[in-house]
Amino acid sequence: MAHSARRDCPELPDFSLLKTLARDHLIYLLEQLPGKKDLFIEPDLMSPLDRIANVSILKQHEVDKLYKVEYKPVISTSDQLCFLIRPRIQTVKWICDVANADKAAGKCRRYKIIFTPKKFYSCDAVLEEQGIIGDVTTDEWSFYLLPLDDDIISLELPEFFRDNFLAGDQRWVKTAGSALHLIHSLYGPFSKIYGIGRCSKMAYESWREQVAEGEQRAQKAEIGKVFLIDRDVDFVTPLCSQVVYEGLVDDIFRIKCGCVEFGPEVTSSDKSMKVMLNSQDKVFNEIRNEHFSNVFGFLSQKARNLQTAYDKRRGMDIKQMKTFVSEEFKGLKQEHRLLSLHIGASESIMKQKTKQDFQELLKTEHSLLEGFEIRESISFIEEHINRRVSMLESLRLLCLLSITENGLLPKDFRSLKTQFLQSYGVDHLLTFANLRQLGLLVEQQPGEMLTVMESKVGKLVNDKTAGKLTDAFSSLARKSHFRALSRKLNLVPRSDEEYDLRVPRDMAYIFSGAYVPLSCKLVEQVLDRDGWTGLEEVTKLLNGHEFAVTGNNGADSKAKGNAQRIVLVMFLGGCTFSEISALRFLGREKGFRFIVVTTAITNSSRILESLLDNHV
Amino acid sequence: MVGRGISWSVNETAASNQRTDREPAFPKINTDTSTTNKSLSGYSLSSLFKGKTKGGNFQQFTDSLTDSSLRLYAPELRKPKSEYKDYISDWSPEETVQRMQHGKAVSLEKFRSLQDKLLLLDFSVSANDGNVITAVLIYLKRTLSKEVLFRELQSRQTALRHLICYLRESRDHRLLQELFRALGRTEDEALLKYKEHLSIADENKRRDFLKSCLSLPFSPEDLALVQDHYTLLERQIIIEATDRQAERGGKLPTKTMPILNMSLITTLYYCCFYHYSEAENTFSSPLNVRHTFKISEKQFFVTALAARAELKEWSDVDALFTCRNWLGFTKKKSPLSFQRVVLQDYVALVDDAELRITLAQKHKCHDIVINIYRDLKDRQQLLGYRGKVEMGSAEERKIDELLTNQQIRWKN
Repeated sequence: MAHSARRDCPELPDFSLLKTLARDHLIYLLEQLPGKKDLFIEPDLMSPLDRIANVSILKQHEVDKLYKVEYKPVISTSDQLCFLIRPRIQTVKWICDVANADKAAGKCRRYKIIFTPKKFYSCDAVLEEQGIIGDVTTDEWSFYLLPLDDDIISLELPEFFRDNFLAGDQRWVKTAGSALHLIHSLYGPFSKIYGIGRCSKMAYESWREQVAEGEQRAQKAEIGKVFLIDRDVDFVTPLCSQVVYEGLVDDIFRIKCGCVEFGPEVTSSDKSMKVMLNSQDKVFNEIRNEHFSNVFGFLSQKARNLQTAYDKRRGMDIKQMKTFVSEEFKGLKQEHRLLSLHIGASESIMKQKTKQDFQELLKTEHSLLEGFEIRESISFIEEHINRRVSMLESLRLLCLLSITENGLLPKDFRSLKTQFLQSYGVDHLLTFANLRQLGLLVEQQPGEMLTVMESKVGKLVNDKTAGKLTDAFSSLARKSHFRALSRKLNLVPRSDEEYDLRVPRDMAYIFSGAYVPLSCKLVEQVLDRDGWTGLEEVTKLLNGHEFAVTGNNGADSKAKGNAQRIVLVMFLGGCTFSEISALRFLGREKGFRFIVVTTAITNSSRILESLLDNHV
Repeated sequence: MVGRGISWSVNETAASNQRTDREPAFPKINTDTSTTNKSLSGYSLSSLFKGKTKGGNFQQFTDSLTDSSLRLYAPELRKPKSEYKDYISDWSPEETVQRMQHGKAVSLEKFRSLQDKLLLLDFSVSANDGNVITAVLIYLKRTLSKEVLFRELQSRQTALRHLICYLRESRDHRLLQELFRALGRTEDEALLKYKEHLSIADENKRRDFLKSCLSLPFSPEDLALVQDHYTLLERQIIIEATDRQAERGGKLPTKTMPILNMSLITTLYYCCFYHYSEAENTFSSPLNVRHTFKISEKQFFVTALAARAELKEWSDVDALFTCRNWLGFTKKKSPLSFQRVVLQDYVALVDDAELRITLAQKHKCHDIVINIYRDLKDRQQLLGYRGKVEMGSAEERKIDELLTNQQIRWKN
C-alpha cells in the first residue's frame, strides 16, 4: 500500500439517496390517507419539504390545498386534514383546538398528524388530555437528514441547540443517534469513532444501541471515521464575524436550507431572487471558501474570461456560430447571470460592512482573541451599546469578551449589563439570565481571580479548577479556559508575521489569519494522533467527555483505504459555514474528505437569537 | 413499499443471533452524567457553604436507597427478553423503559410504590432518552403529590431539568413557579413571574404588573433594573398622554416615533428629539430623564447628539461639543475614537458638499475629507490635504494609495 506523498482526495458518497428515502416514505404516509386532503405544514418544515417533495408530488398524492400552520382557526372545507409537524406541544394543542371546534360545530372530519422525525410522549399526553385520541390518527415521518450539498447534511433542527445546551432537555439525543444510524446503515460500517462532549457521548451510545438491535448489511464502507462534537465545546468560533464568502453571505443575507434570497440591491432589478447556493453553482463553488478580500479579484478575473469567451464569436462562420450557440452559449449566459449575482452580493456586503465600521469591529475581535488591549475592547463594546448599533452585535461582542476572558470583572459586568438594558430594554434581563446559565456571559466570581491570573501568566490550570464541572446553580454552564486552550493548541498565530490570505497556510485563514477555529483544530489533532493521546491537558480544559472507540472490524480496514479518508464530522448544536470551509481546507491539506453533519447551520445571530427571551 | 425502507433500517429489531460477522461491535462508553449531577445536587447549597464533608447525611441516604433498590431488582433485570411478555404486564422498570424507548405500548399504572416510580425515573435517566424521561415525569406528576415529586427531583438534576422544560413547553407557569419556590431557586422564580409582563398588551395593566414585580425575590442589582423598568413605563404613559393632547391642540407636530414600551435610551432620544429645550422640571425634559435614571454622561451625549443631528440642529450639535471640550473629554487613545465615529456619522449626513467638507475639516474627519476629494476626483486638493494629516498615519497611506491608483481618472 504505497501512497504518494500528495494523495488525491477520495470521492464522496452519493447522499441523494437520503432524499429519495425521505420522499418515498412521505409518499407512503400520504397514501395511508386515501382521498383528497388538505395539508397543514409547520412553517420551519416548508423549506426542507421543498427540497424533498415539491408541490406537484404532493398533488399527485391527493393533497388538495397547502396551508402553513399559523395557530389560527382553519378555513379548509376538506373532510380530511393532514398535519405535518415537529413534535411540539403548542402545535398539537392547536390541532386539538381545531378538532374540538369542529366537534362543537357538528363538523365531521378525519385528522392525521404526521410527526417528524418522531412523535414525543408529551404530544400524546396532550391528545389524551384534550380528549381527541381516537379522532386523530398519528404517524411518524422518518425524515432525519437533509443533504444541503455534496458534503453538508443537516438535521434541520435549530431547536436542538437551545433544548439541549440551555435547558438540558435530552429529547433530541436519540434523534441524533438515529440520524447517525441511518448514515451508518447506508454508508457504513464505520471503523472508528471519536468524540467530545456530553451530548456526543449520549448520541454515540444511542447509536450503538440502535446498531446492536438492528442488522448491518454486509456492504463496502463508504465512510470510515466519525467525529462527534458538542457545540458548547467551542463557542468562540461561531461567535466570531465570518469573513469567508459563504459565511459572510450567511451572516448578511441568511442562507436558509441552502437557498438565499437576494434583494433588489443585489439583483440590480426591482425584484428579489431566490438562489440555490451549492456546488452546482460553478461561480459560487470557486469563491465560497475564499477570504472575502480575494473575492473581488477573482470575480473580475472571471468577468474578463467571460468577455473573452463571448468575444470568440467574432470572426466565426455560420457553422462555428451554430456550434457555439448550441454548446457554449447557454453555459456562458448561465455563468454570466451567476457572476453578476455574486458581484452584486459582494458589493452589497462591502456597502454594509463599511457602514458599520467593520475594520474596527474585526480589530476588537482580534484583540479579544489575542488577549491584548482588553480595556480598549471594552470601551469599544460600550460605545457600540451606547450608540444602539445592532443589539445582536453588542451581545455577541459581550459574549466573546466573557468567554475569552473567562468572565467579566464584576464592575465591568454590572456597568455593561446596565447600559445594555438601558439601550435595548430591561426585558433582556431574561436574556442575560439565559446567557449566564449557558456560561456565555458571566461575572467572574471572587474566588476565580486566581485562576484567571494563572491562565494569564501561562501557568497550567490545576486539576481542581478544570475538573470543576457544572457550577453550583445547577446550570449546564461550563467554565471557559480559552486562553489556556489557545496557548496549548496554538490557536492564535503570532500577529507580527504577515499572513497571505491568497495562499492560506492554515485554517486561521477563515478568520483573516487571526485565529484557528478550536472545533476544527480538535478534529485535526485527533485525526493526526488517531485519538486523544497527548491531548490530556486540552481535554481537561474542555471539561472532559472525550472518547475514541474502534469497531472490531479492524481486520479488513486496510482494504478500505479510501473510506478511511472519508471523515464524517457531526456537530451537535450546529456549525457555521466558516467551520465547514476550514474543514474543507484541512481535507485538501491532509488528503481527507470531510462530510459535515449538523443539527442545523448556525452563526452568531442564530445562536444568540435562540437565547433571547424578550418576547412571549 | 420502498417507503418503509427508512423505518426498517432504523427501527427493525432483528434477533441478535442474525448479526453478520462484519458488523462492528462498538464498545459501550460511560455516559453516566446523571451520577455526577446527582452527587452534585445531593448537597444543598447551604450545606456546601457550611462546609459539610462529602459524606453528608442526605447524600448517603439517597445513595443507599438507589443502591439497595437496584440490587433488589438486579436478578430480574438479567432475565432474557422474551416475546410472550407482550401480553402480560409484568415488565420490570428497566424493561418498561426499554420498551418505551422503542415506542412500544406500556402501562405505567402498575408502578404504584414510590420506589418503583423512582426506579422507572432513574432507568429512564440512565438511558439518556429525554422523550422517555419526560413520559415518566408526566406519569409521576399525575400520581405523586407536588411535595413528594419536588423533593425527589432535588437529587435528580437531569430529571428536574426535563420537568422544567416540560412545564415551560406546556406553559404551566403556576406549577413551575411552585417548583422554583420549593427548590429555593428564587431568582428563577422572580424572572418567570416578571416575564409575564410581555403578554400584557394594555400599558396601564402592564405598568401595574411591573409595580407588583418589585416585591419579587430579585437580586439587588436586578431589582434596581426592574424598578427602572416600572418608572420608565409610568413616565412613558404620562409623556404619551401629554404629547397626544398637545398634538390635538396643535401645540406639537404629529409624532411618528412611538414611545410606549421603548427602551430607556430610545425614550431619551424621543425626549431629545421633541422636548430638547424643556425645563428640567417636566417629565419629558431630557435632563430630567437623565437624572432620574442616572444615565452616564457618555450615553447622554451620544443620544442627544444623534437626535439633534437627525433634526439638523447644528447649533445644538455644536453646543454639545463645546460643552464636551469644556468638560475636558477630548483626549482620545485609539486612532478612530468614539467621538470621531459619532461625528463622522453625522458629518457624512450633511447634504451640501461644501458645508460637509468644512465641517469635516474643522473636526478633522480625515476619512470624510479624503473620500470627498476622491469622489470629486480632485487630485490637487488631495495632494494639498496630505500635508494636513499626520506623517506615517493610516490616512496618509490612504491618500498615497489613492494618488497612485491607476483606475481613478483625476480631473486635474
